[in-house]
Amino acid sequence: MADSQMTPELMKEIYYYMALSRAVDDRMWILNRQGKAPVVYSSNGHEAAQVGSAFALNRGEDWIAPYYRDLALVLAWGMTPREVMLHVLARADDPNSGGRQMPAHWGSRRLHILSGGSVVATQNAHAAGLALASKMLKDGRVAVAYFGEGSTSQGEFHEALNFAAVWKLPVIFFNENNGYAISVPQRKQMAITDVAARAQGYGIPGVIVDGNDPIKVWEVTRAAAERARRGEGPTLIEAKTYRFVPHSSDDDDRAYRSREEVMEWKKRDPLITFEQRLEAEGILSAEEKARMQQQIKDAVNDATDYAEKAALPDPATLERYVYAE
Amino acid sequence: MTYLEAIRAGLRQEMQLDPRIVIWGEDVGVRGGVFRVTEGLQQEFGEDRVIDSPLAEGAIVGVAIGAAIGGLRPIPEIQFGDFIFPAMNQIVEEAARMRYRSNNDFHVPLVIRAPIGGGIHGALYHSQSVEAFFAHVPGVKVAVPGTPYDAKGLLAAAIADEDPVLFFEHKAAYRSLRGEVPEERYLIPLGQAEVKREGKDLSIITYSLMVNYALRAAETLQQEGISVEVLDLRTVRPLDQARILETAKKTGKVLIVHEDNRTGGIGAEVSAILAEEALFYLDAPIRRLCGPDVPAMPYSPPLEHAFMITPEKIAQAARELARF
Repeated sequence: MADSQMTPELMKEIYYYMALSRAVDDRMWILNRQGKAPVVYSSNGHEAAQVGSAFALNRGEDWIAPYYRDLALVLAWGMTPREVMLHVLARADDPNSGGRQMPAHWGSRRLHILSGGSVVATQNAHAAGLALASKMLKDGRVAVAYFGEGSTSQGEFHEALNFAAVWKLPVIFFNENNGYAISVPQRKQMAITDVAARAQGYGIPGVIVDGNDPIKVWEVTRAAAERARRGEGPTLIEAKTYRFVPHSSDDDDRAYRSREEVMEWKKRDPLITFEQRLEAEGILSAEEKARMQQQIKDAVNDATDYAEKAALPDPATLERYVYAE
Repeated sequence: MTYLEAIRAGLRQEMQLDPRIVIWGEDVGVRGGVFRVTEGLQQEFGEDRVIDSPLAEGAIVGVAIGAAIGGLRPIPEIQFGDFIFPAMNQIVEEAARMRYRSNNDFHVPLVIRAPIGGGIHGALYHSQSVEAFFAHVPGVKVAVPGTPYDAKGLLAAAIADEDPVLFFEHKAAYRSLRGEVPEERYLIPLGQAEVKREGKDLSIITYSLMVNYALRAAETLQQEGISVEVLDLRTVRPLDQARILETAKKTGKVLIVHEDNRTGGIGAEVSAILAEEALFYLDAPIRRLCGPDVPAMPYSPPLEHAFMITPEKIAQAARELARF
């Protein structure tokens, strides 16, 4: 079960996963620039929103339907750095897809991470369906779909929220609003300032939260999960955040946003601000931080080495698993 | 029992056996569906298992994908095959690719029911044959029953299947076709064609309502001394290659009949199989009798009639082929 109270220990754990994700993320880019990973998708900047929400749920037990931005989320959910690196390097043992999908297409039945494709917003309906199954099978699970603000322009986003609201399903729609759909800013995507305002059209609560504050995200996600488990239906959460790097390793964000804007947001880097808070409140000592940083460095090195040595998929497997075998 | 009653009996029987089966779609509950296929099921199984859903095909299928992965056995209904295209994204990109993209970690046991076909004054948007779009897609199966008996048996197999199945019911067959249907449960494996009538002069390869029309044409031709074999494909994905080749090699002449448009239709695939695997057994060019390449079936009776394949048109095409 998710903890019902925020404690210093929990805050440190949240910090650990945020820092782990940033380190794994940075390594992915290095692997890309070394020519070892053809493409990478980052969660750099989104860590507070993802890890804060994960810790408000029953990690590995509830269902999540992530999108490609959700590295920190799946790490907090239980995927190991080794598993992430097997995916990034398209190895045979990649648990997400066996090297079949592009990086950041997460999926693990064991961890209740629903496999995702690349067409945006489809996972909202899947999360509603998972929630319907939980409601009927009475397993007490909540399903959470994660998605960017650009995907809320899709008809399927609307369809899914409407279904979930009418059927009062135990589902949370968690928007990571970083203001850009690749290059298209929010003002060209929608004529409203808050994605959360869309909730009104479905008769469900729409909650805005500072996506760079993991504790605030934890609080609103917890409330939404409790509401879902009480049978009161879905919640739309909008976590306002920012992506510090280009959309992918093939993108160049200098084409569509100023360096000044990026630097302004970097002052509110969730990893740094949370670290400062934990230090200021005496929750994270210098020794603990150093120990954690070493642990993360070791884990990232181990994961990289492990994945680099791992076998690539056998071409003879190309035609397997189209249907049940 | 009619074709429609066979499908309803199949749904009821499966729902009695498996509490995980849930039906939803537009008008399927209180109204029992616009064709009444699900009539009485909500009364019997309750509003939790037969659900009137919002009018949105994409979510009808998308929610079903999530529910299937979550442990249910959903059987969503798309009210008309013509309305399935908003759900194309969920069917092709999600349901069909789920097993492959997750390297067998996830799969989607899901049956999507939809009526297809024309001849009932349904016009452009209530008459379409949509099976070829899906037959092209690895990861789904496509059932197109042509008799009440097959409808019930294929439905049971579709529900038992661990992969997504599109189950296309011919709406003109719902009340016009009757046949013996056992009360006990039976499964007809997906991917097995059946010879519905033995013959020696030529083979008609077809499916869905056209099976009945082909049998009627064969009866007519029998009286003219032409012996026609009729092979019912029963599923258009997978295609039963062995039986297709068997009948072609036996008679040496093949007429493929379907109501769906000619270009890129199932007939094209069957023809390719024959060209690759049975060319030297053929005594005549492969013939196709198909719906014309117009966007969809017109409304006004003379136009609709001109579109539709009839037993007479089949008999004429077969007669010409027999004379070749």
